[in-house]
Amino acid sequence: MTTALSIENLEKVYANGLRALKGISLEVAEGDFFALLGKNGAGKSTAIGVVSSLINKTAGTVKIFGIDIDHNFPLAKSFLGVVPQEINFSVFETPFQIVTNQAGYYGINKKTAGKRAESFLTQLGLWEKRNEISRELSGGMKRRLMIARALVHNPRLLILDEPTAGVDIEIRRSMWEFISKINEQGTTIILTTHYLEEAESLCRNVAIIDEGEVVEDTNIKELLSRLRRETYILDLYRSMNEIPQFDRGHWKLIDPNTLEVDISKEQGINGIFNQLNQKGIRIQSMRNKTNRLEQLFLDTVDRSETDTELTS
Amino acid sequence: MNWSKVWIAYITIVRKEVTRFTRIWQQTLIPPVITTSLYFVIFGNLIGPRIGEMEGHRYIDFIVPGLILMSVITNSYANVSSSFFSSKFQRSIEEIQVSPTPNYIILLGYITGGMARGILVGLVVTLVSVFFSSLTVHNIFVLFSVILLTALLFSLGGFMNGLFARKFDDISIIPTFVLTPLTYLGGVFYSIKLLPEFWQGVSHANPILYMINAFRYGFLGITDINLLASYLIIFGFTAALYLVNLNLLNRGYGIRT
Repeated sequence: MTTALSIENLEKVYANGLRALKGISLEVAEGDFFALLGKNGAGKSTAIGVVSSLINKTAGTVKIFGIDIDHNFPLAKSFLGVVPQEINFSVFETPFQIVTNQAGYYGINKKTAGKRAESFLTQLGLWEKRNEISRELSGGMKRRLMIARALVHNPRLLILDEPTAGVDIEIRRSMWEFISKINEQGTTIILTTHYLEEAESLCRNVAIIDEGEVVEDTNIKELLSRLRRETYILDLYRSMNEIPQFDRGHWKLIDPNTLEVDISKEQGINGIFNQLNQKGIRIQSMRNKTNRLEQLFLDTVDRSETDTELTS
Repeated sequence: MNWSKVWIAYITIVRKEVTRFTRIWQQTLIPPVITTSLYFVIFGNLIGPRIGEMEGHRYIDFIVPGLILMSVITNSYANVSSSFFSSKFQRSIEEIQVSPTPNYIILLGYITGGMARGILVGLVVTLVSVFFSSLTVHNIFVLFSVILLTALLFSLGGFMNGLFARKFDDISIIPTFVLTPLTYLGGVFYSIKLLPEFWQGVSHANPILYMINAFRYGFLGITDINLLASYLIIFGFTAALYLVNLNLLNRGYGIRT
């Protein structure tokens, strides 16, 4: 399978001495939907910055579809579309100008650029706003505009750096749908996000960066299978004042209508229901307390920090 | 990128730049016209007749070429420095950075935008000057070549300023403390032959003197400076600034961390 992005021993030391990347290596296969996770300041945006030529690397190799950025960066960049974390277009231009100008930077003629701009702006619900000054757009619209701009040259690899940050849930869902469709059409996607349910529902593979190092690089199913415990919230039909004695699991009464149960993976959900039935407790609804990937992310990052403390 | 794609990228940057300064024409095109019109009225019509002739020409006719070129210099420079710095400040420069557009095209695109504004303002000022003076053209080749090269040179200067600038104040320091004094002392309002010998020598270190004199030659056929020396100075500075700017861009100075 073709490798869309290959990073080897990538290092970045900023002028102030900060080692943002400590020799990370990653591979993203063509067609993949890849999550790049990490806390703020972990090094995700630095890695993306190097790949997209916004940041000079200190050492290491980056290849985009086999093209080494040190040998032919313009060709490598022609495969790449980037949606950055922060708004980075001229707020005095209109969405149509922003998207067609971007096409121009890739050598796409005006006529084709206009057609593609219409297509992407329409798909992202911005066509009606095409001639408005971008400063007037809402936060969600600005984010969608950056997605349209990044897609106008039909990139083979799309990097989305927190594309849904600060966007309401409805628009976020529609953006997920749109991005999934782009991926299904063959575009490789790398997504960084703080919404871990986003990564869990969209991505197939994941890497976790912590303090400039890759601490996890696997597929999401494999990662989730490592989760040993899960916590569920149960909404009760009838209120209760104290918890009955249960055989298994760690139970807690949050309020008279809500129970929380923490169980190991081996115990399974059926065990919970058996116990509830035995006590005559009827459940109205049930949900995970935390997102599963979120729990794993926290576990991984905590483990990495503990390892660092032990070795230092 | 093949040549046709490179051309499209170049035209895109130029169109974007021209659209920018024409969109804010009240800030970019009108003020220099008002300022130079005031010069024409005060130095040409009110004070000029009392000064008499300069190098065999009416004072107003003597200063008009310098005033036209001064507007070209300041506008070419200001357009590129402010536009490029704004792109850095708003981070919209990243739009071009992530694309395969070569650095020399980024440089050429921005400086073409600066030249377009400088020459457009110069043209409007020239049209206004017709109402105040009786200009004739002595050598049209010299006129066009000097105005183009001067606009190019100061666009390159503005680009370098934009690369180095870290805050908005930084793009007004060079025009205020370097460009304006050099322009005023570059023979816009007087012939350097009026100066004592020592100061004539000092004036020769001012590159703007060469441009203004060459431009004045194009209109009036008079110059304090050898024309060849003027062209050599302009070409030399232009080549040096182009190479330095391209090198800075290739290293990502001011735009990549």
